[in-house]
Amino acid sequence: MMMIKNKAIVSDDWVVLRLNENETPEHVTVAAGKIIVPLKVWQAQRSKLQGRVNLGVWLNSDERPEVLQGEVEKFAVIAVNFPKFADGRGYSIAYNLRARLGYTGELRAIGDVLRDQMFYMQRAGFDTFAPRPDRDIHEALKGLNDFSVSYQTSLDQKLPLFRRVHRV
Amino acid sequence: MYRYDKYDHQIVGERVAQYRDQVRRRLSNELTEDEFRPLRLQNGLYMQIHAYMLRIAVPYGMLTSAQLRMLAHIARKYDRGYGHFTTRQNIQFNWLKLEDTPAILADLASVEMHAIQTSGNCIRNITSDEFAGIAGDEVVDPRPYAEILRQWSTFHPEFAYLPRKFKIAISGATQDRAAIAVHDIGLSIIKNEQGAIGFRVLVGGGLGRTPMIGSEICGFLPWQHLMTYIESIMRVYNQYGRRDNIYKARIKILVKALGIDEFKRQVETDWADIIDGPSTLTVEELNRVSACFTAPPYEKLAANDATVALYKAEKKDYANWLQRNVKPHKVAGYAAVVLSLKKTDIAPGDASAEQMDAAADLADRFSFGELRITHMQNLVLADIKQSDLITLWKIAAAQGMASPNVGLLSDIICCPGGDFCSLANARSIPLARVIAERFESLDFQHDIGEIEINMSGCINACGHNHVGHIGVIGVDKKDGGEWYQVSVGGDQGNDSAIGKVIGPSFTFQQMPEVIDRLLQVYLWERIEDERFIDTVRRISVTPFKDYVYATKIEADPRLNDDAYRILVKPASYAEPYHSPRF
Repeated sequence: MMMIKNKAIVSDDWVVLRLNENETPEHVTVAAGKIIVPLKVWQAQRSKLQGRVNLGVWLNSDERPEVLQGEVEKFAVIAVNFPKFADGRGYSIAYNLRARLGYTGELRAIGDVLRDQMFYMQRAGFDTFAPRPDRDIHEALKGLNDFSVSYQTSLDQKLPLFRRVHRV
Repeated sequence: MYRYDKYDHQIVGERVAQYRDQVRRRLSNELTEDEFRPLRLQNGLYMQIHAYMLRIAVPYGMLTSAQLRMLAHIARKYDRGYGHFTTRQNIQFNWLKLEDTPAILADLASVEMHAIQTSGNCIRNITSDEFAGIAGDEVVDPRPYAEILRQWSTFHPEFAYLPRKFKIAISGATQDRAAIAVHDIGLSIIKNEQGAIGFRVLVGGGLGRTPMIGSEICGFLPWQHLMTYIESIMRVYNQYGRRDNIYKARIKILVKALGIDEFKRQVETDWADIIDGPSTLTVEELNRVSACFTAPPYEKLAANDATVALYKAEKKDYANWLQRNVKPHKVAGYAAVVLSLKKTDIAPGDASAEQMDAAADLADRFSFGELRITHMQNLVLADIKQSDLITLWKIAAAQGMASPNVGLLSDIICCPGGDFCSLANARSIPLARVIAERFESLDFQHDIGEIEINMSGCINACGHNHVGHIGVIGVDKKDGGEWYQVSVGGDQGNDSAIGKVIGPSFTFQQMPEVIDRLLQVYLWERIEDERFIDTVRRISVTPFKDYVYATKIEADPRLNDDAYRILVKPASYAEPYHSPRF
């Protein structure tokens, strides 16, 4: 699978586990290898999963990042799912993971991830993007460079423009 | 007036390029209409009944003459020669082609304008007091703060896809002229006992389907914390505002569900992490922006100019205009003039390209080259020497912008309604017209005095019907016909109130008689100089309601005339893409 990571297109071998209707967080089998599990699976199978080196977790837009308080560094990847691109909760989830929970590892946007939202996602703290597979990933990459300057602070820019430059 | 520096130019320029590419991708079908819709909406572009409508931001209503001339140019080149000023101090063009919109944005950027976040579920254009900087009751000029918030909210990465639209209004005077109580966030600048400047912050006000007056979340927020505090409000809303039902998605519903105390607790918990952080406003930045809003070079004049009164005795029209359209100014010998865009035979808020050019010329000649747009959908020339009033009045009258009706019955606030808007249940512009015609006599209007009739074509309440002294709203009925519900007793400003619905709805042909009956009750009940709204408050809505429904209201047969049907013929070009709503 191709992915955008740190503004470059790279191949990626992480698997995102999504539950089928007939699977439950308690009983689903988590395959070996690099896998990103739903938050509920992590919570249900914590004792079995913790200690695995290549483990990631993903949050849906209606889930709260605070439940990972104190354990974010256990994950090689944290992903946030955008069920629809117009659902903006994922931006605040990213903010909370980075600013509140101190997560410094890979933060990945998955789901309905499209070019025209990626600039905002990057500013909110995402560094890896899995653009929707039906779209050209090279086109999507361009979205990260829509703007070269921003007024306000965010995760990628700790100072607002008025503290960063001398404005006249 | 705020002037762009190189960073502002760069951001707006990059936006034009981004949007141009989005339109290209839409036209080549790389983007579906569903994907393009939120993108174009965040740029103020709607698909309406006849064509694309573009809403252009006029931050806090301030315009230079050069900007207004550019709007006139856009009206001529891309539209049908006119534009529509809105209740949120913006301007809309109703007859555009999608493929022209990138060029329009480039034209706008050349005069430091844009259409960023004029629609969509994001922080919208920030509105303020049309008499900012010149009002006698001003505590602090709100415009520097409005501009600082404009920049902070522009492309804020975390708050671009909120549950619903988000509107902020700011007032710096003791009289609230910015309707702050009916905004998602309302800010009132105050001084505390020590003389320090801060904000009283209201949250959760709004109109629409569930009209509400905002609740106070903070009694005194020192000015330095403006952005961090609003950031925390936005973050709580972005995470917890409802996204399952468009009609319950505004912040007012969240505030009501949690209660203001719990909402405040959540906001302040979030705020504790960022208070005094880098987004704290600095004196240097406040000074930099404030320097754009210093007083123009006023002359030293006597308080009252003798010529004004002299001509008044001769010319009744002029006397009426002085009484209604000329407003006090804090500097001796000056006045503010409201150019009325409420002529009986045109849609409220519409201005032709010629009128825009004429208003720009008036601004250059008499008012330091600046104008303001009011939420009542008129224009203001803020700094007029009293000795220039007669000349100005003559020119404005020749351009149809001197109807002496500001604040009167025919100064109706009105949305575009069923003639243009795909959301509307009923027409509003023709209704404003038949009401204005029925009460055309200026003597009668002056006798009635100050009254606000606000009309919306649907529940979205763009015409601010809930806060009209008389509010009219087009309602959805199963028979598919046009029906109007009437409310009485709403108000904006310091005594903000939501009007009470008086009863079952009326047809278009009944509406002028309904208004007539409401006015009759007022005329026989009023005491001395009492305004309509004061009488309502004193005697309650009941006598009004009783009289309106006392006898059957006949439909006025003259109002079946086709003249009141659709004002305009549909666009001649094929619609490139159809999007049924928004």
